[in-house]
Amino acid sequence: MSRLIDVENLTLQFDTDEGRITAVDDVSFSLEAGEVMGLVGESGSGKSVTAKSLMKLNPRNAVYGPDTKITLHLDDGPVDVMSLQNDREMKVVRGGAISLIFQEPMASFAPAISIGDQMVEQLLIHTDFSKVQARELSVEMLDRVGISDASTRFGQYAFELSGGMRQRAMIAMALSTKPKLLIADEPTTALDVTIQAQVIDLMKDLVSEFGMGIIFITHDLGVIAQTADKVAVMYLGRLVEQGTVRDVIRRPAHPYTRGLLAALPTLDDIDAPLTPIPGDIPSPLERPAGCVYNTRCQEVIGARCATQVPAFSQVDNEHMAACHLYDNNEGTA
Amino acid sequence: MSDTPLIRAQNLSVHYPLRGNILGPAAFVAAVNNINLEIAPGSFFGLVGESGSGKTTLGRAMLRAAPISKGDVLYHDGEVDFALKNLGKADLKEYRKRAQLIFQDPYAALSPRMTVRDIIAEPLEVMGLTKTRAETDARVREIAAKCRLNVEHLRRFPHAFSGGQRQRISIARALVSGPKFIVADESVAALDVSIQADVLNLLKAIQQDMGLTFLFISHDLSVVAHVCDHVAVMYLGRLVETAPTRTLFSSPRHPYTRALLSAIPSLDPDDRGKAEKLEGEIPSPTNPPPGCKFQTRCPFAIDRCRIEEPVLESADVEHNVACHRWQELAI
Repeated sequence: MSRLIDVENLTLQFDTDEGRITAVDDVSFSLEAGEVMGLVGESGSGKSVTAKSLMKLNPRNAVYGPDTKITLHLDDGPVDVMSLQNDREMKVVRGGAISLIFQEPMASFAPAISIGDQMVEQLLIHTDFSKVQARELSVEMLDRVGISDASTRFGQYAFELSGGMRQRAMIAMALSTKPKLLIADEPTTALDVTIQAQVIDLMKDLVSEFGMGIIFITHDLGVIAQTADKVAVMYLGRLVEQGTVRDVIRRPAHPYTRGLLAALPTLDDIDAPLTPIPGDIPSPLERPAGCVYNTRCQEVIGARCATQVPAFSQVDNEHMAACHLYDNNEGTA
Repeated sequence: MSDTPLIRAQNLSVHYPLRGNILGPAAFVAAVNNINLEIAPGSFFGLVGESGSGKTTLGRAMLRAAPISKGDVLYHDGEVDFALKNLGKADLKEYRKRAQLIFQDPYAALSPRMTVRDIIAEPLEVMGLTKTRAETDARVREIAAKCRLNVEHLRRFPHAFSGGQRQRISIARALVSGPKFIVADESVAALDVSIQADVLNLLKAIQQDMGLTFLFISHDLSVVAHVCDHVAVMYLGRLVETAPTRTLFSSPRHPYTRALLSAIPSLDPDDRGKAEKLEGEIPSPTNPPPGCKFQTRCPFAIDRCRIEEPVLESADVEHNVACHRWQELAI
């Protein structure tokens, strides 16, 4: 496998009337081609903002930290995403090397333009296809994602398609430019469970066929268990745990990950009590000092947790947790 | 169930007219079709199905918030007996005190211009349940405490609260009139897992504390498995299977129930690819297939299924299934 993207020290703040809000705080990870990374966390944890900042898709009041470095490794050499200034330069990345699938497919298609015209439009922007070629490829992609009678569907509008069909069309559109990296932001959350299973299957097939990397954002640990190779868990803008899907789900190391799993109803033991994580996620305006999770953590081990930000410690091979339970260097500040 | 059911649907159908012309509607959609269902007092009854299966419509019909086209819903709580289809105005008002709804979206369900106190107090004032402001305040504080909201919270507006807290406010409002029967329609679907667990635990605690009966509508079978004592599975306006929760999850009989269970993503990464996949999507209720409504997606469909619609039959104690082939498929 070859390296696809390196994210180093990604920090992102928003200037608001109420002050500067930290949405993403010193996040680093990398992804290989053909690898699926699950990005997990509750609402407000910063997972969508993190994914969007890989394309610098952020509102004007966004301020990146000075140490932020995002490197995309393309066939023509590495691209420093932070150095890209205007929309024209960003074209290589947005919709080119990286495609994005949103949660709500109804809101992501323009309602008054046919599905086909939207697919063709982006192909004309990102490839040197003619209109006829773009049309052929679009119909082929619709067919490829399991939409029957693709040439009819090509001329239809978003409202004429069912939810599952819209999400398939969204995937077809996102993949038609042959991106290196696909960011899927809660792509199955709005779907029924039987349709979700179909869409997950489809995405897995396409990864192996196209060999792209996927960042799969979801709050559903079951979906992660069935799709991802590795997992990153986010809380209040920070990564708190990273590892292979087996390590993180079977041997969760960070108390937050353990809390998420304890709160999750599963069919394996329907009598097990559901244990909520105590308290609410703090407001980003009042981020706790020290470990961001210390206000809700059941395993606080002393004053350190409230004063000192934990760095990533190795729990096992590729399994890392940012928690003082695992760091042995007591004295370092 | 030996108890007299608190609420019972009898051959209940809800038909909605499709847009037609000046001569009347073109046709009707059977959102709920000929359903028989009994909910015992004190039950936490789950209703599951995909979008478009009619579960919300059934829940609303049981509150008389959807029109009852055929059949009836009978309510009996030991104090009053109501047949909902032709309920008079005064009786309907009385029924509203006894049957309440908790909505899905805690952001849309609360008026942003009212304080939490006013939101919770509104049903009391509208229904004329309290006579003085002091009485209202006392009742609001009592119910807020049950829902783990403190006096400080009551002065604020909904925007100051998180999703979980807002859902607790919605619950308090539903409970303030002292209802016996609550329909909770996807009440935890919009919440994060941790908050979801908190709200589910609260609903269970309140149910036991106040002796309530719940109809819990959800698309999430794992949630239903954890909180409900009985479950009914709906597909395209029909009940396809009903059973006590443990029975339904340990020995599902209907192919649709099995497919639903199988489609839930397992937490075990080594289970990949093991799920039995259901092809296709739920048909449109405006154009339902003949025979069994599930035959277009059922891997076990035979000719009979395409002609004759199966009815619910008893598979075991309290376990009913509507499938022509459940006996041969049950191994």
